[in-house]
Amino acid sequence: MSDYYIPFTKEMKKTHTILTPNMLPIHFRLLMKVLQEYGYHADLLETSGPHIRETGLKYVHNDACYPAILVIGQFIDAIESGKYDPHKVALIYFQTGGGCRASNYISLLRKALERAGYGYVPVISFSLLGLEKHPGFKLPLRAMQKIVYAILYGDLILHLKNQVDPYEIEKGSAARLADELSDILIRRLDEDGVSIRKLKDNMRYIRDAFAKIEVQPRDCIQVGIVGEIYVKFSPLGNNRLAEFLVNEGAEVTLAGLLDFFLYCTLNNVIEINRYGSGRVKRPVMNLLYKILCRVKRLMISIIEETGRFRPFAPFENTVANAQEIIDLHCKMGEGWLLPAEMLELYHLGVKNIVCTQPFGCLPNHICGKGMMKPLKDRYPDMNIVAIDYDPGVTQVNLENRLKLMLANSAAGRSA
Amino acid sequence: MEKRLALGIDIGSTTVKFLLRRDRKILYQCYERHFSHVREKVLEQLNKVERLAGCEEMQVAISGSAGLGIAEAVGVPFVQEVFATAQFIKKEIPQTDCVVELGGEDAKIIFLRGGIDERMNGTCAGGTGAFLDQMAVLLNISVDEMDVLSLSSTKKYPIASRCGVFAKTDIQPLINQGARKEDIAASIYQAVVNQTIAGLAQGRKIEGTVVFLGGPLYYNKGLQKAFQETLKLDDAHAVFPDFAQYAVALGASQYAESAGGAFTAAQLTEKVQHASVHQFSTPLKPLFASEAEYAAFAERHSRFAAPRGDLKTYRGRVYLGIDCGSTTTKLVLLGEDKQILYSYYAANQGDPVAIIKEQLELLYEQLGEDTQVAGSAVTGYGEELIRNAFSVDQGVVETMAHYKAASYFKPEVDFILDIGGQDIKCFSIKNHAIDSIMLNEACSSGCGSFLATFANAMGLSVEEFAKKGLFAKAPSDLGSRCTVFMNSSVKQAQKEGAKVEDISAGLSVSVVKNALYKVIRVSDPDALGDCVIVQGGTFHNDAVLRAFEMELGKEVVRPDIAGLMGAFGAALYAMDVKHCSLMPKEELEHFTYHAKPVTCQGCENHCRLTVNQFSNGKRFIAGNRCEKALGQKKADEDAPNLHQWKRDYFKSLTAGENRRGRIGLPMALGMFEFYPLWHALFTALGFEVVSSGMSSRRIYEKGQFTIPSDTACYPAKIMHGHIMKLMEEGVDAIFAPCMTYNIDEKASRNHYNCPVVAYYSELLHGNVEELRNYRFLYPYIDINNRKALADRLYDCLQPHFPSVKKTEVRAAVKAGFAAYDSYTAAVKAQGEAALAWAKAHDRRVLILAGRPYHVDPEIGHGIDTLAASLGFVVVSEDSVCHLAQVPQVHVLNQWTYHARLYRAAAFAASRKKVELVQLVSFGCGVDAITTDETRRILEENGKIYTQIKIDEITNMGAVRIRLRSLIGALEEKHE
Repeated sequence: MSDYYIPFTKEMKKTHTILTPNMLPIHFRLLMKVLQEYGYHADLLETSGPHIRETGLKYVHNDACYPAILVIGQFIDAIESGKYDPHKVALIYFQTGGGCRASNYISLLRKALERAGYGYVPVISFSLLGLEKHPGFKLPLRAMQKIVYAILYGDLILHLKNQVDPYEIEKGSAARLADELSDILIRRLDEDGVSIRKLKDNMRYIRDAFAKIEVQPRDCIQVGIVGEIYVKFSPLGNNRLAEFLVNEGAEVTLAGLLDFFLYCTLNNVIEINRYGSGRVKRPVMNLLYKILCRVKRLMISIIEETGRFRPFAPFENTVANAQEIIDLHCKMGEGWLLPAEMLELYHLGVKNIVCTQPFGCLPNHICGKGMMKPLKDRYPDMNIVAIDYDPGVTQVNLENRLKLMLANSAAGRSA
Repeated sequence: MEKRLALGIDIGSTTVKFLLRRDRKILYQCYERHFSHVREKVLEQLNKVERLAGCEEMQVAISGSAGLGIAEAVGVPFVQEVFATAQFIKKEIPQTDCVVELGGEDAKIIFLRGGIDERMNGTCAGGTGAFLDQMAVLLNISVDEMDVLSLSSTKKYPIASRCGVFAKTDIQPLINQGARKEDIAASIYQAVVNQTIAGLAQGRKIEGTVVFLGGPLYYNKGLQKAFQETLKLDDAHAVFPDFAQYAVALGASQYAESAGGAFTAAQLTEKVQHASVHQFSTPLKPLFASEAEYAAFAERHSRFAAPRGDLKTYRGRVYLGIDCGSTTTKLVLLGEDKQILYSYYAANQGDPVAIIKEQLELLYEQLGEDTQVAGSAVTGYGEELIRNAFSVDQGVVETMAHYKAASYFKPEVDFILDIGGQDIKCFSIKNHAIDSIMLNEACSSGCGSFLATFANAMGLSVEEFAKKGLFAKAPSDLGSRCTVFMNSSVKQAQKEGAKVEDISAGLSVSVVKNALYKVIRVSDPDALGDCVIVQGGTFHNDAVLRAFEMELGKEVVRPDIAGLMGAFGAALYAMDVKHCSLMPKEELEHFTYHAKPVTCQGCENHCRLTVNQFSNGKRFIAGNRCEKALGQKKADEDAPNLHQWKRDYFKSLTAGENRRGRIGLPMALGMFEFYPLWHALFTALGFEVVSSGMSSRRIYEKGQFTIPSDTACYPAKIMHGHIMKLMEEGVDAIFAPCMTYNIDEKASRNHYNCPVVAYYSELLHGNVEELRNYRFLYPYIDINNRKALADRLYDCLQPHFPSVKKTEVRAAVKAGFAAYDSYTAAVKAQGEAALAWAKAHDRRVLILAGRPYHVDPEIGHGIDTLAASLGFVVVSEDSVCHLAQVPQVHVLNQWTYHARLYRAAAFAASRKKVELVQLVSFGCGVDAITTDETRRILEENGKIYTQIKIDEITNMGAVRIRLRSLIGALEEKHE
């Protein structure tokens, strides 16, 4: 982190509202709940519209990554909205660190705040490794456990919703159910504590609720979305990509957020093994990796129980996929996870892939666009389209490219 | 049974194509520009179709990038254009391996063999039909003339192939330097070819039978020739079908036969008339609410007028100022009281010398007996050319000329923004000296010629176009980015039914936003100061002026001679001239000149030059980086130049004995830091080290077909060429390690490489097919752990060279680090020596700061040589950064190279007569973070920050202006 920052103090915990950017609507609502449970006033920013981009462009170097422009724009826009007292807000942002310039989002955010005249607003960088000290922001282990649960629930809801969406008889029923389920789970996160049994019950509950939605068979094009984490997930970042694809008659598949955490954890394990630093960290990271792999397998087994839905692949498979095509030390940005996810989708039968990234994304030159040729050489029927997002992106350009990808997939099926 | 009628409609970004057929018989076809009146054009064509088809039902499908909106609104099936084309060609020319299609704004490649693969240009468009139109406008000829000219070219100039905007910036100086139009035309086509190949083929070879489609490829023989030559296709394998421009429409009609909707022409007409196109984006605020508001605005700005005089009645001395700009030429003649006696403003039509000759003749005719020119000065891009041609007394750096002119109107001016034809220049003034200069780099979006191009595309003059925008009710929100993005924004707006006036007003707002947020990077309007002067031809446009005031939230000053300020400033400078040497009337009558292209052999830069020979015996050579070609004023041979020193050092490392084999080291990216290490290491192991040497354009071209991501930086993309070169050399193995971490210099929180430097070899392995059967060694290594490094290298080498022993590798690692340490020590010693030399000779030091690989002459474009010829002692960032403490930075300081940059900036900040210029490669994401920090470190200490963006092609004219402005500003500050 940069050498100066405004710490989030214990007093602030009582007085300040913590604002959070919205990357994944369902997940983040659940995560907010965990923060609230531990006494934080947390607010999820669900704003959208071109003014967010404009605000971002005003305060962030225009060649910076598009996600930084959007997230920072969303923060400053919220501070200036009049809804909050600027002296009573703090910002939180999830940070992974590493050699990608994305590790500088927090610094860019602080600089932007300074420029906009809100230099006093504390920014909490939230990461697995706790890169900075914020006396007022501490979460006990139990809270971390709940965060993992929230991510699991979010992943499962999104995964099943995507499998129902294009087939539902009553338009909008899957989306409605997803909202209802997140309301219910918000309560249960509180009531159920961290009981594994309750976790299983809740996952079955989600599964069965989606199974009840009335569907009709339809010939859908299978499309997977991979890419830089923010534009891949955030509807604000990707101009409602998933929605567009479903409207065009596609069924969308996305790997979950948990995979990204698994990826980060495994990178730590590999890093320690290779470069030998952080002896204390080693067992912790190893353990964390094993636990996360196990909970993912648990979720998979619960989906498999009824056979109604397609499960995720175990993370071990993802890692094996990666090794087929790239070195696991290639770990900046989404690194090896990106081609691994493309392969995973392919093996699931999802041969049409949208690879999303911010324009000029450095790691994706290598791990995204740079891996398409070797992948296609191995699997010629892979149909990948790379979509770059930036503040000047227009819907007509995006749609035309996506339509080409869809047309090609339809041709492939009829041939 | 007779087949049904099939109608294919292709609505592109600039044209509408209709094709009506019954089976194979084409009943009607048309190819017409729509000037963004899509609906009207479609209706007009439907009318013609109706005359042929009557009330018979047709199978109809729509295609094309601008067709989507209409298809949806009308309820006609839509087929994606690339897909439609592919299906059609497969049926029509079954032996096709590959299709190349260029449209108005899109470029596509379809591979039909071995896994169908269809590609469209990414968000970075341009370089296509609309681009060719733009280029023709620039050359002041028609597209057809350009085609004819290109066929008799004798040489080609390198023109950026990344996107149209860049290409334009390259072509302009060529025009100004007097390069032959024939050659420029051919170079333009070559640029389109290169862009298509580099941007779309992405590592896949274009071979076999290739079919070329689309309007531009149908109409331009020169473009056909360029493609055929570059792809090495014989006539049998290069197919230019006579339906080339209708391919999409044909594809759509084929699609219509099976999946189209059935309509009569009358039904369709009725539907198109009533279709409501969905409105997506919210319009912007109108520029003026009423005529009265505009009147008040116009009155306010009319107050800043320069005094005029009458040339006919004037007697006395006159002073001539010339501004030879990138697209326009301006002249101002002043009387003794600084009154304007004569002025001229017009496009230079690609031949500024002829225009100025004509103007001078005109002037001499009008001057009375007792009136004589007492001084003359010239500024702008063509400064040197014009000065040499006409013996103009003084050459003035653009920025200084503009400041002089601005301070005439407002001595207290704080900020000057000049938007010209090709460039945006801004400077802030502190203590009556230029304090910082910002230019739009390698990107001319948001400038005058940009508005002109759009105006032309809509069939209007710039003035008409601007006027329409003034009272637009709902200006389109077109965003603020490069022209190419803007093109698609306009497309989108058109799709949503925006009127010409809305687009005009919207573009004015875009121009302003681009200048404010992209070039000036302002967040707080107050930071510009109280007194802002706007100038340049573009500000004559009231819509732009108004948009600027609205965006800024304050009133600004626009002198009535906004477009003449450079010439006016030059004329003011001319008043200081003691003895005028401007070419006299008699000599002018016999003045002739001709331009000849040559390649300079003076050094490894091999600059392509244009030699202008004038009838007075003078010559002017343009296009050179240094003064060498002029045969005069050589750069001071003794003055240290660390960039040159490094290149010499690398060259001095000769290969050792070949006991185990020949190992190739690609001289690109991280190799520029660690070459001494790897060289010594492999030499110690008994390998003959083969370096791929410094880059050149030719090396880049060797590998450009294998680049998968065209938006990566040039230093990375050139890596492909180095790999190719090493393979040609037939080395036994190529070594290019992956390194997450760089060397730890303990001056930053972490010591990463950027992702591209770290892992580019992984990309090479995946995309350069030839490497798969080659020993391409790219182990992931940690340079900071010598033991682990030795183990890793052993694991990597042993399978290929079984005689290698671990102990040997360990010893070699030791030898490698010894060599590396002595190299870095030498760099530092050289840096200190250079500083001492500068002090002893009272010279300015320039830290040309970037990454180690910027010393490559192809990547750095010889900017170091240019700076040296301007009198600077040139040092690199890593040769002086050890002399400063780690400054406090407000970003995550975690990359080794960038940590050096911050320290070098801190060093410059602490020393007198030491300046820093930051070299930034286009597409470098990390520099979006470092530039602001470097600027801050320098400016907080009263230093001027200068950034030079470099890419495949860099406009050296602009670089020269920057460096000269820097010197000018430093001198003025000093006084």
